[in-house]
Amino acid sequence: MISSTFEYERVSTVAEAIERLQAAGGEAKLLAGGHSLLPMMKLRLASPGKLIDISAVQELHGIVREPDGLVVGALTTHAHVASSPMVREYLPALAQAASKVGDLQVRNRGTLGGNLSHADMASDLPAVALAYEAEVYVVTMDGEETLQAEEFFLGPLLTAMPENSVMRSVKFRTPPSGSKSVYEKVPHPASGYAVVGIAAVVAVNEDNVVTHARIGITGAADVAYRARGVEDALIGKAFTEEAIQSAAVYASDDGMIAGDLYASEAYRRQLCKVHTARALRKLLAQ
Amino acid sequence: MSQKQHVTLTVNGVKRSLEVEPRQLLVHALRDDLGLTGTHVGCDTSQCGACTVLLNGEAVKSCTTLTVQADGAEVTTVEGLGDMNDLHPVQEGFWEKHGLQCGFCTPGVMMTAVGLLKHNPNPTEEEIREGLEGVICRCTGYQNIVRAVQYAAQKTSQQGTAVEVAAAGSGSEE
Repeated sequence: MISSTFEYERVSTVAEAIERLQAAGGEAKLLAGGHSLLPMMKLRLASPGKLIDISAVQELHGIVREPDGLVVGALTTHAHVASSPMVREYLPALAQAASKVGDLQVRNRGTLGGNLSHADMASDLPAVALAYEAEVYVVTMDGEETLQAEEFFLGPLLTAMPENSVMRSVKFRTPPSGSKSVYEKVPHPASGYAVVGIAAVVAVNEDNVVTHARIGITGAADVAYRARGVEDALIGKAFTEEAIQSAAVYASDDGMIAGDLYASEAYRRQLCKVHTARALRKLLAQ
Repeated sequence: MSQKQHVTLTVNGVKRSLEVEPRQLLVHALRDDLGLTGTHVGCDTSQCGACTVLLNGEAVKSCTTLTVQADGAEVTTVEGLGDMNDLHPVQEGFWEKHGLQCGFCTPGVMMTAVGLLKHNPNPTEEEIREGLEGVICRCTGYQNIVRAVQYAAQKTSQQGTAVEVAAAGSGSEE
């Protein structure tokens, strides 16, 4: 399948990319790895008049450690994120989720920034961005903007990215010391996308009382969400099997859960509960 | 039709220049313009992996890559792996372990296996199965494909050399 025609230009700086986006008057799309955009263009679900290839923009690559988190460049591939020793040490759920995106070939091309800005409702990374309270750094025509993960994902394929802007990087905050985190996924057997994906971050104090809990859930709702009902039920309680069971029942309360051909609404709610409990149990066992 | 663009690729160690439409997929440049028909188009929707080639040494799906995106890059296709007199360890594995039946998916599976072994020279069976998630074979049930990759890993570690592609390494410096 061949897409409709378009102009193609490779740029080498963020400023150049923004300038080209502005000049194209809404007709242009940014191209990074192309693993969300090109399949849509081949199916003619998207027909941009121009592609601005940003893959050679050096400042958008790589992972930098900061005191409160890791800043991942928007063009960093899933393969790079998944194998980064820093990510594996400080943000294990991010490494796990990145290693479960698509397949080996897709992870070699697909990028973190492309994945988040495409905002597929069943994508793995939004759950992790929520659980690690990520900040998205965006460059616009007027300067820099910071968007919190929770305000970034608005709906299926819809984000708060301003017009004519480029995602520079995403800071995933390292949780309080002593935290444990995990990404638990039920992949669709054919597509591999998450039917549900649960990113869980929990910290307990010396008395085994939960002091910090962040749960991000993707795939189940129209957009990834923070399961605040689960978090509130855990915080202040002893971290035990009983606490996990009574908290997990709230797993689908904070999302707009919908059914589709593969999974009914009731089944998805059940999966949210069961797999939130499984994710938390993995943390309990660590 | 949008204007054609000049693209230079190093394919299996040989520098090639092409004039292509921006919307041309890399797999069509390889098959239709360069006559390298070992790379196959299966699903054409980024699922089956029959079109897998190495782009700067990493396994990618050439049906989901524009030729213009590969401008300046090194591409290795199955034709660059080895030949009948000097099979690549992965090719030898497929030969010895009968890792194919109809053979349609085989070039893509082999290129994916090369990409897998590059980063993980001694994979477990589970790691091989996970690594080959992005290729679909409708004949074999994968059993002999896994054995073929295990053979290649073993052979390579016995030889004490990394699984690399001779032809790609001898190309021009990009």
